[in-house]
Amino acid sequence: MTTLYAILLYVATLIFVLGLAYRIYEYASVPAPLKIPTMPAPLTRSGVVLRILSEVVLFQSLFRSNKWIWLFGVMFHLALWVVLLRHLRYFIEPVWTWVVLVQPFGKYASFFLFIGLVGLLTRRIVVERIRYISNPSDYLMLILLLVIGSSGMMMTFVKHTDIVQFKAFILSVVHLKLFHWQPLPLNAPLLIHLAAVITLMIIFPFSKLLHAPGVFFSPTRNQVDNSREQRHVARWAIEKFETSSR
Amino acid sequence: MAKANFATPAFRPYPLIPALQADVMKGNGPFVAKPEIQKPLGYPGELLDNWQEVALAKMGELLKKYRSLRVFLDACVKCGACTDKCHYLLGTADPKNMPVARQDLLRQVYRRYFTLGGKLFPKLVGAQDLTKEVLDDWYNYYHQCSQCRRCSVFCPYGIDTAEISMAAREIMACVGKGQKYCNEIIGKVYKIGNNLGLPEPALRDTLAGLEEDIKLDTDVDVRLPLDEAGAEILVVTPSADFFAEPHIDGLVGYAKVFHQAGISWTLSSHASEAANFGMFIGSYDNMRRIALRIREAALDLKVKRIVFGECGHAWRVAYSFLNTLAGPFDFLDQRYPIPQHICEFTYDLIQRGALKLDKSANDHRRMTFHDSCNVARASRMGNIPGGQFIIPRAIIKATCNYYYDMPADTIHDQTFCCGGGGGLLTDDLMELRVKGALPRMEALKYVVDNHGVTHMAAICAICKSQFTKVLPFYGFQLDQIVSIHQLVSDAIILK
Ligand code: SF4
Ligand code: SF4
Repeated sequence: MTTLYAILLYVATLIFVLGLAYRIYEYASVPAPLKIPTMPAPLTRSGVVLRILSEVVLFQSLFRSNKWIWLFGVMFHLALWVVLLRHLRYFIEPVWTWVVLVQPFGKYASFFLFIGLVGLLTRRIVVERIRYISNPSDYLMLILLLVIGSSGMMMTFVKHTDIVQFKAFILSVVHLKLFHWQPLPLNAPLLIHLAAVITLMIIFPFSKLLHAPGVFFSPTRNQVDNSREQRHVARWAIEKFETSSR
Repeated sequence: MAKANFATPAFRPYPLIPALQADVMKGNGPFVAKPEIQKPLGYPGELLDNWQEVALAKMGELLKKYRSLRVFLDACVKCGACTDKCHYLLGTADPKNMPVARQDLLRQVYRRYFTLGGKLFPKLVGAQDLTKEVLDDWYNYYHQCSQCRRCSVFCPYGIDTAEISMAAREIMACVGKGQKYCNEIIGKVYKIGNNLGLPEPALRDTLAGLEEDIKLDTDVDVRLPLDEAGAEILVVTPSADFFAEPHIDGLVGYAKVFHQAGISWTLSSHASEAANFGMFIGSYDNMRRIALRIREAALDLKVKRIVFGECGHAWRVAYSFLNTLAGPFDFLDQRYPIPQHICEFTYDLIQRGALKLDKSANDHRRMTFHDSCNVARASRMGNIPGGQFIIPRAIIKATCNYYYDMPADTIHDQTFCCGGGGGLLTDDLMELRVKGALPRMEALKYVVDNHGVTHMAAICAICKSQFTKVLPFYGFQLDQIVSIHQLVSDAIILK
């Protein structure tokens, strides 16, 4: 088990990091040949940064559009961040003070995470319009996240796992102690939890989870409204039309 | 009024999201362009034998050229926030008119051929082979999108279905399935200079006639010059302004404003059209070719400034793309915005007290204003964000005593499309146009019932044409739609 999970963790991390880096490179290298910000758009770079922050942190457009999706969406994403921060303690030694302070919040954030996900899944099943646009993968993704959330909660609140031993395992993986890994505690919720996380990491660069990097590259949100002041010609357009004068 | 073989949607007490009715708008789409229309634009005459191969190659090319397409096809999480935002969904109840479902028509093919998930597990991720049925759905439903961008306002990632529609139309044109209305119009621009195919002598005649009319009306010699080299300002306006109602009253308004300001101006027979239908079909090449005429006209006539007339789509291309496509405009007077909108020009004069306006001349009108999509969500006026909402209203309020806005969630950047934008202003799509107008008509009904509004002003040639046609379907009069500069024209006191 220990060997299998350790290897899977490496593979998943590799796929996750390289895959994501490649996608980001791809988004960054495809030109945006025309100015298409959705108006009213900011007139300066710093205005654009604010606009994107308000989307990423507050989900501003989603708030304008649908309060229910916004509520569940914010619950899920915010809680996910807190929970992720809490998990830092498995990866570092000694544990930073602020990570210690986050612990109780992280524990209870998992409830919000769970409720948020259940809300999103319920909407997807109950609301006709959203059911219409859903593919199997859209449900599976939510279910996968629910599995991660609930198995994690199991370990925290029901069937405790040997945290000390688990941390030893993780640290041995992080420190690349190849084939000398500390044994992984054989605890069903933990194994399920880890397997689901590994799956999520592997599908990340190939799925709609790309919305995470994508939002920063969306031309309707990240462009400055200055098309009258500055020309904005893509390289392919220059190359294609450079011979024509006037 | 056009013969209706479909039911005009009924007003609802509270605008609701309709229950979905699958495939009610499934059809053949607008007329397909004939070879003689396709060829001059650089497209194949009819559907190619190897159309699938060509379509996929084109899609691959566009994915490398347009970041919008690449990011938008990947980033959608199917959250559904956009599903109830499209006026065509609200008016027709066809689920494929939900913006995300419209995108999915292209996305399912993208997934199948360009993503690992779609290649390995097509069923799981909703990937589809590019079949004839898919192509037919593309043609039908990408011509049920007016590229109004309302959905992009509400999407958490700013996914803009207009960009997807444009890409889809470009792909279809490249395999020989172009849309007749748009492509015919682009052909006319190349051949004659404007969308309506008005040749220079006819244009000259019309303008002379208008000069006479104004003289009779006001006893003042107001000029409408054509091709006058050395004028200060080149005015580029939609060709509908030369003959259609109520557009033409707007043109008279511009002439009076220039007259009053004492600034020389001219129209150009070479660039006698402001609208750029290259945008509707997603063609950078055609859009650029059309835009270049304006540069040529400005150079030939040796003008110092360029001002655009009342047209939303024209203004989007002018504001956002003209500099990019046809710039740099270093030969123009840099102290003014390049290009400038006629509303910015008039607003500036009003601010400086340079126009004498008698508001009571419009007392028989109780006004509301329709924000045209492309002005509201895709361009700006003035020097602050949102100037495009402020300036037109300020002009109306300076020329009319009675002004009432439609409900807040139907104006500004949340405005509803007239139902005829994006190259859908064609008679073969009458049913779609009428149904798509429903949300705007409901908002209008609200101010008519609550504030006694009698007229709606608009600054887009397409909106004006569309409303004159669809208002009667909803029990309004076709002349309840007016140009903003028509209000100026009626209120202005000429020297
Ligand atoms: S751009 Fe406008 S017409 Fe097209 S899908 Fe979006 S809301 Fe509907
Ligand atoms: S709002 Fe955006 S992310 Fe949500 S379903 Fe619509 S297009 Fe997709």
